[in-house]
Amino acid sequence: MTGEKLKAIVEVADAKVCFGAVKALDGVTLAILPGECLGLVGHNGAGKSTIVSVINGGLTPHQGNISGDGEVLTRYGINSARARGVRCVFQELSLCPNLTVVENTRMMHRHLGGFGWRKRAKEVIERSLDAVFPGHGIASDRSVGELSITERQMVEIATAFSHAGVAPRLVILDEPTSSLDASLAEQMLTYVRRFIAAGGSVIFISHILNEILTTASRIVVMKDGRIVADRPAGDWTERGLVEAMGSVVKGEAHRRAVRDLAAAPVVVEQGGSGMPFRARRGELVGFAGLAGHGQTRMLMKLHAAQSSDWLPRRDPAVTFVAGDRHLNGVFELWSILKNLSIGSLGDLATRGMINAAAEAERGAEWKRRIDIRTQDLANRILSLSGGNQQKVLFARALSTRAPVVLMDDPMRGVDVGTKQEVYEIVRQQALGGRTFVWYSTEMEEVCLCDRVYVFREGAIVAELAGDAVSEENILAASFRGAAA
Amino acid sequence: MRPALSADAMRLAIPALSLTVLLAGVFWLQPRAMSYVGLNLLFNLAVPIALATIAQMLIMAVNDLDLSMGTFVSFVACVTATFLRDAPLLGTLILAGAVLVYAVLGVVIHLRDLPSIVVSLGMSFVWGGLAVLLLPAPGGQAPDWARALMTTKPPLAPIAIIASIVIALVAHLLVMRSSLGVLIRGVGGNERSVERAGWSVLAARAAAYGLAGFFAVLAGIALVGLTTSADANIALRYTLLSIAGVILGGGEFIGGRVSPVGAVIGALTLTLAGSFLSFLRISPDWQIGAQGVILIIVLALRLFLNRVEKREKGQ
Repeated sequence: MTGEKLKAIVEVADAKVCFGAVKALDGVTLAILPGECLGLVGHNGAGKSTIVSVINGGLTPHQGNISGDGEVLTRYGINSARARGVRCVFQELSLCPNLTVVENTRMMHRHLGGFGWRKRAKEVIERSLDAVFPGHGIASDRSVGELSITERQMVEIATAFSHAGVAPRLVILDEPTSSLDASLAEQMLTYVRRFIAAGGSVIFISHILNEILTTASRIVVMKDGRIVADRPAGDWTERGLVEAMGSVVKGEAHRRAVRDLAAAPVVVEQGGSGMPFRARRGELVGFAGLAGHGQTRMLMKLHAAQSSDWLPRRDPAVTFVAGDRHLNGVFELWSILKNLSIGSLGDLATRGMINAAAEAERGAEWKRRIDIRTQDLANRILSLSGGNQQKVLFARALSTRAPVVLMDDPMRGVDVGTKQEVYEIVRQQALGGRTFVWYSTEMEEVCLCDRVYVFREGAIVAELAGDAVSEENILAASFRGAAA
Repeated sequence: MRPALSADAMRLAIPALSLTVLLAGVFWLQPRAMSYVGLNLLFNLAVPIALATIAQMLIMAVNDLDLSMGTFVSFVACVTATFLRDAPLLGTLILAGAVLVYAVLGVVIHLRDLPSIVVSLGMSFVWGGLAVLLLPAPGGQAPDWARALMTTKPPLAPIAIIASIVIALVAHLLVMRSSLGVLIRGVGGNERSVERAGWSVLAARAAAYGLAGFFAVLAGIALVGLTTSADANIALRYTLLSIAGVILGGGEFIGGRVSPVGAVIGALTLTLAGSFLSFLRISPDWQIGAQGVILIIVLALRLFLNRVEKREKGQ
């Protein structure tokens, strides 16, 4: 050692970020040194993507500061991050599908402009593709929309590592191998190791623990917006990582007694690429696993299989509670009552005309049953708090006669009090013989279920029932150990 | 395996094919159209439509739609036939101001996250009103230079053909080859990724709208150059014609997939469809409907080819 300490490329000190009532980051301090590969693991809502957004300049923390190369950066944004050589490969596709590979490269590098940029951009991206994925066979004049998912991800990774004016110094890879096959993933990991040996840094996020353990030099485990462990990779084992991601105190207080439902009739069944799905009458079935691994698609499939494409059925078989309220939940311009009754208008109408008295009566009944906090159901839905809006969506689904309720992570951004009330309603309804299929990103909710299916890479990989429904088992199934 | 034709080439093949078929039909019905004068007569009204189509295409490249195109071109035509002839400086200033208004509309639409359809529908009444104020009755006169430009007789090919080629080339360079064009189409393709790369989406949208305003101004001037006088309702059809031209030429409503060369070909096809029906002696009462049938046939062909392509890709 020369005595001088290496200066961090980017250092985040005591960062706090809140989204409404949810603390996405709760005082995180993280420094990335040159020449290290930082593995970042954590379950849903741990704050991985939030810290990534802070580091790449897309999100300014509400508290705390960011420094780079030893100096505090007061105005840190996307452009200053890129000027420091911070690059990011996002989990979802972040290229423009209508542009060619060359044009996308042009867009990612601001200073490539001027006459003859096409030739320069072509050189930049082809050099990088050749370096990361030798023998890739991707023609750079093709539009990204024509490429396969694998090829798109290859282009995206190569773009992040490409050098045009500003050399990449810190590359953030968020699930980079999710669409790559084993040999391509190995090519990429080899390149990452070379990049680090040459003094670059990488933040590596993956659900394949084996990849992290073999590639990273240091592994940080996050949970609930905090860093809970930070040790050199050599000190970790797969088991240790899974244990660190779990909570210390188990929230078993809300666990219900194990019920024997083997005798109850099966109400929904669905095959798939993984294990088959099956739900019995009165059962609470949970969907777990990392977000985006096929849970929502499965719910959609269940819904599509049970409902008609053309005319609504006389007796609805399933009903749906949306997770993203603004995208597919509430009718923002409508009153609370109309938002509630839209799900069961068929029952409230005689000869095509809505029976206003029956509608008002049903609204009042549900207002009392689930305690929607409003003076008047004729108020606009947006006058309610987020939690109460979600209650209205629950009431909409529960007031139908459908025996199966599908729930797509409905408790996102809902306060604790409301959650407890809704859990109670769900429990009562399940005792009354309704079946719930509940996808949740929150461990506490999944642990309320009688049986849990764990999803990974678009398929069901594990089924846990009774006492086996535990955080540890779910985590172990959501993260793949050895690359199979 | 790489397909023999790229998707972009396929996109252009259909409009080119439909133009060829229509042109062959016209020549077969009326062989005298196969001449310098005949071609000019067939296509000269296509020049302003092609310019308006390019303008619409720029707006559609950023996932928006301009419903004020027709009234705006009418307004420009009225300014051209009055101020631009009598007081060229003032006329130029008015037109420059109109282009600026377009850019500002882009800014407002982006900042307030407004639907472009609503904003441009509202603006269509503003432009229409201004046009009526300028020319309550048909009249005015084209500036001599505009008239001269639209009626020159260059050797080899008629001006309508040469102008169409020039428009297609300039628009192609601007939209498909320049960095600005990449940025504008990038906004249509994936706005978030443009933002994440550190660009200003606001500036890109303002540029797209400003350029659209510029091309629409050219459309109005070219139209007056052909018709010699103007009228507040002269170009109302252009709103739908320009949208149909973009779609016929292989463009799409969303996703930033546009083709300037295709758009010009689309505009030519639309103009030719009218003449073709006249040569078929279809009564004017039925022509609009028959034009619609031609549009539906071409678009159905495109959907069919898209489906074939997708199926091949899926295998």
